[in-house]
Amino acid sequence: MELTGTEIIVECLKLEKVRVIFGIPGAAIMPLYDTFGKYEELPFKNVLSRHEQGAIHAADGYARATGEVGVCVVTSGPGATNLVTGLANAHMDSVPLVAITGQVPTAMVGNDAFQEVDITGITLPITKHNYIARKVEDLPLIMKEAFYIARTGRPGPVLIDLPKDVQLSKSNFNYPEKLNKRGYNPSYKGNLKQIKSAAIKIMNARKPIIIAGGGVINSKSSMELLKIVDKTNIPVVNTFMGLSSFPKNHPLFLGMLGMYGQYAANQSVSNADLIIALGTRFDDRITGNLNQFCRLTEIIHIDIDPAEIGKNIFAKIPIVGDLKYILQQLNNYLEEKKEDAWLTEINNIVEKDPSRKIENGSLLSSRFILESLNNFFAGEAIIVTDVGQHQMWAAHYAQVNFPRHFISSGGLGAMGFGFPAAIGAKIGCPEKQVICIAGDGGFQMNIQELATAIHNRLPIIVLLMNNGYLGMVRQLQELFCDKRYVSTLLAGNPDFVKVVESYGGIGYRVDKREEFMPILQEAHCKNEFVLIDCHIPQEENIFPLVKPDASINQMIGVD
Amino acid sequence: MKHTVAILVEDLPGVMARVASLFTRRGFNIDSIAVGHSETPGVSRMTIIVNGDEQVLEQIMKQLNKLIDVIRVRDIPSDSIIERELVLVRVHVESLTVRSEIIQLVEIFKAKVVYVERNALTIEMSGDEEKINGLLNLLKPFGIREIVRTGMIAINKNSKNGLKP
Repeated sequence: MELTGTEIIVECLKLEKVRVIFGIPGAAIMPLYDTFGKYEELPFKNVLSRHEQGAIHAADGYARATGEVGVCVVTSGPGATNLVTGLANAHMDSVPLVAITGQVPTAMVGNDAFQEVDITGITLPITKHNYIARKVEDLPLIMKEAFYIARTGRPGPVLIDLPKDVQLSKSNFNYPEKLNKRGYNPSYKGNLKQIKSAAIKIMNARKPIIIAGGGVINSKSSMELLKIVDKTNIPVVNTFMGLSSFPKNHPLFLGMLGMYGQYAANQSVSNADLIIALGTRFDDRITGNLNQFCRLTEIIHIDIDPAEIGKNIFAKIPIVGDLKYILQQLNNYLEEKKEDAWLTEINNIVEKDPSRKIENGSLLSSRFILESLNNFFAGEAIIVTDVGQHQMWAAHYAQVNFPRHFISSGGLGAMGFGFPAAIGAKIGCPEKQVICIAGDGGFQMNIQELATAIHNRLPIIVLLMNNGYLGMVRQLQELFCDKRYVSTLLAGNPDFVKVVESYGGIGYRVDKREEFMPILQEAHCKNEFVLIDCHIPQEENIFPLVKPDASINQMIGVD
Repeated sequence: MKHTVAILVEDLPGVMARVASLFTRRGFNIDSIAVGHSETPGVSRMTIIVNGDEQVLEQIMKQLNKLIDVIRVRDIPSDSIIERELVLVRVHVESLTVRSEIIQLVEIFKAKVVYVERNALTIEMSGDEEKINGLLNLLKPFGIREIVRTGMIAINKNSKNGLKP
């Protein structure tokens, strides 16, 4: 039987076991939405976002929380361009997404038609791959390839541009079972010789350290990592993207590495004689000044993307492949070991780490809020953050005990990500408590998604860290621009409680420490969408930090 | 350092844009780029001349390999390269003596005069970089009016190191 292009899309989404799509209709994608309407029971949930950026960030949050491919569907022109930030964000953080954009009919493509934009051209450098479906007959293969490319190898976003006439044309439907893509063959098995040399290096190292990156989460290797750590007593630091890949309460966990990293992590990495880097790309926020980064340290670098090896940092032993498989192999060649002198040295470093010292204060500080959150949820909740100071505080202090329980925009640092991503995470994991931590600046960048969250009755708790500033930039202005606070004071902020109430949600305002816990408890009991507007000190700073271009062991804000 | 990179790509619309966009975005410098069909239907072959050290070359090859439509990437080392470029050049001819002088040069370089006008000669030549630069330098004093170059194409001398999809 012949199906229309749009029916083919729905069938493909069904076969790919897509559970939810996020999107907004428009003229050029009308046929697809119309087909959704013809299904008595659509095989997936169709969520209406209120801005295309909200849709793609939600699909992203869904993908990060579940490990599945996130899907969003939008119209041509402005609908498509509104995806750009979300695609770049997913591309930077290796998140599997499939974005479907409507397009003007093929006959009009190139004529500057109404709502026409060259979205495949625009998104060339920020997608893993993209397609224009020119013929309805090509659709099944394109859909199959898109999902395959998005989720395999190093995951990433794939965009499919779908002209209106292709949506309406008919064709026989056969979903290809296997793909033979000669230009795309990620290597999964690491080179055994290299794995053996790595094992010897690790056994001989006196001061080894593991840097666990986002690849540990993507490859589902947390258990394998834990086994190796428990066998070899090698301390672990996380990159920002790696947070949640290793239990934060593990005695050998030293925190986050990098420019806004934790003292113990930065010092230990700087003093190590061997770095075992797992699924990380040595981003500049990790290395600080590249020329001064661990110049005398040998590096074993394991990653699925060969282009990341040797890009920023020379690796003595490079291994390309799937981390899970490689760590299993590696573990076979490792023996029990414990470098006592190194662990003592690290203990001395840890004692100086400001984040390990108890905070004595009376103000409603960000740290107090996060630690209260830990006391209440004990690391069980999924924490989704936006971008800014609160994000770094959360990276340091939010307790996270399971992989995929810390979701945040890392590489792109896209303000506005957190709230829609929390919506996606909650829809993906309804049984989990989802906490969105956002600043008053970033929250307003996708505040319209309140409608999506509240209309869908998603019991998310938003903790708004409200300091009335674009806090991270204000801090940089304080430290490096002699306190010239240009364009960082958010004068004109709304009353967030009233905003939430006007959408039909519940809002609370907290100004004092002692008010926080009772309100968090009350919010939790409501099992509804709740925003807690926390008025934190206006000029709180995130410390320690590394100045731009400095070495990561030169941290400001450590006694 | 100059490197020659041979690339097999799917013969699909937009592939050139993908490769070019990658070079721009990563800040790699292209000296020349040439594309045409390969021996395999559906597969095109590109020859790209790039400038950079070994590390840059490695990154270029790895990044090219990441493109889904790129099937194979290999650099051709300078000691086993056969490279050719086709050039059309129009030279100003002032007088009959000049004309015969130019024709002599053309013969020495085993190039070819493909069109003659009263005031100009159009010359076709192919060869490696050295030969082409050699003749162009000698023609310069006569007054070169136009140059059209295809960009360098290259193949490995050793058939064992040939590029197959």
